Amino acid sequence: MNMNDIATLTEAPGTPTPALPPQGGGSGTATSAVAKLAVTDIHKRFGAAEVLKGISLTANAGDVISLIGSSGSGKSTFLRCINLLEQPNAGTIALNGETLTLTRDRDGSLKAADAKQLQRLRARVTMVFQHFNLWAHMTALENVIEAPVQVLGLSKDAAIARGEALLARVGVAHRKDHYPAHLSGGEQQRVAIARALAMDPEVMLFDEPTSALDPELVGEVLKVMRDLAREGRTMIVVTHEMGFAREVSNHVVFLHKGLIEEEGDPREVLARPRSERLRQFLAGSLK
Amino acid sequence: MNWDAIQSGLPGYLDGAWLTLQLLGASLSIGLIAALPLALLRASANPWARQPVWAFTYVIRGTPMLVQLFLIYYGLAQFSAVRESALWPWLSEAWFCAVLAFGLNTCAYTVEIFAGCITATPRGEIEAARALGLSRAQLHRRILLPSALRRALPAYSNEVIMMLHGTSLASIVTLLDLTGAAREVNSRFYAPFEAFLTAAVFYLALTFLLVGLFHLAERRFLTHLRPRMT
Repeated sequence: MNMNDIATLTEAPGTPTPALPPQGGGSGTATSAVAKLAVTDIHKRFGAAEVLKGISLTANAGDVISLIGSSGSGKSTFLRCINLLEQPNAGTIALNGETLTLTRDRDGSLKAADAKQLQRLRARVTMVFQHFNLWAHMTALENVIEAPVQVLGLSKDAAIARGEALLARVGVAHRKDHYPAHLSGGEQQRVAIARALAMDPEVMLFDEPTSALDPELVGEVLKVMRDLAREGRTMIVVTHEMGFAREVSNHVVFLHKGLIEEEGDPREVLARPRSERLRQFLAGSLK
Repeated sequence: MNWDAIQSGLPGYLDGAWLTLQLLGASLSIGLIAALPLALLRASANPWARQPVWAFTYVIRGTPMLVQLFLIYYGLAQFSAVRESALWPWLSEAWFCAVLAFGLNTCAYTVEIFAGCITATPRGEIEAARALGLSRAQLHRRILLPSALRRALPAYSNEVIMMLHGTSLASIVTLLDLTGAAREVNSRFYAPFEAFLTAAVFYLALTFLLVGLFHLAERRFLTHLRPRMT
């Protein structure tokens, strides 16, 4: 990761993010043919309830994938399994062909065998949360530079320059010295997006990023996400915004009761749903 | 009002105030340094780490500080093993025993304050740190502790004031702290009202000073919790 990467954040739309070489320990397959993120056959149980029953998802560079489904369908849980905030009971996760080594925890779920490898994956697959989760004791700018300095080892000056550029990009530069509690929800979420972007991640995960926002603030966050999609960021988005799923993503996945019920091109899947369940879901969401 | 008693006692009061501050500073330092790791253990999910600390704070907080001081200063001297141990030069000192008792006490209360604040750290902030690749040590050093210790400030300032007042027990084991100085003045002039009123004024002034310091610290470190200024 170097400061040239910042250029790709600010360059003209349509420029694809250059793929970084996979780090050591990968499977050794050719990089060009390898998906950016490949998640296979994820199972997750909470006690007796099996909430994910084998879900696979592949994201190639520049993909914007929307995960939709009614609440309880498992879409957020699946997203959180990708960076192991939730420990799956089975499945594999690979970034650029490098498979995350997993081992059984005492409760039977899977955990990372190598904490360093997991930290590396998380630094490159960053997440934006429904409730922003900004660090309350840090200003907006401090939130954005924290992980680049601590995890990537960026110098503080370089991180500040990158952070200020990103805050300007998401339109909250004038708020950089404010604490999260003194920002509106929309501003907080945009700072959180800048924080995730500051790692120059290969894949960004969005967990219902607009669900906790007042309706009039949803637009400003969606606009930032549209811009990211347009510049070629690889994104996986759990969302209830059907407009976003239809217009911005190039792939939509409909989850129902822990399984993929239907997936494909959003213009196809959302316009002509094949399954009765997706028809019902779309009729209910009316967006 | 016997002003002469107060005036002639003043040097004693000043020495006493200095000793009171020393006792306070020493016991708070011990308590604070020990409380940090203990609070992390106390807030741990592992019962083997959590429960011994819980037992320690339960016993200390469940017994009067004066009784603890008597146990350490008078009680331990009863055993020849203690009197013959290498620790005896320390344990026969009233000053050391007082600091030990006060330090244990403030440590127990501080552990509970800190552990409560650590446990109350919003889950989402911890998840965000993990999701961005911070290691466990970085998560503690950069997010968990700075956030929890800031939120602990108001409760901890109370603990410091309580300890300031608690150090008056030192006068019972022969030490000439502020209260000890007042007892001296009282026994010389038989003017208990003047003697203890003067000590009270000194304590009040010290409290005022400490409250002011904590007020400054809260302004510096708790801006993020204050309502938005417009």
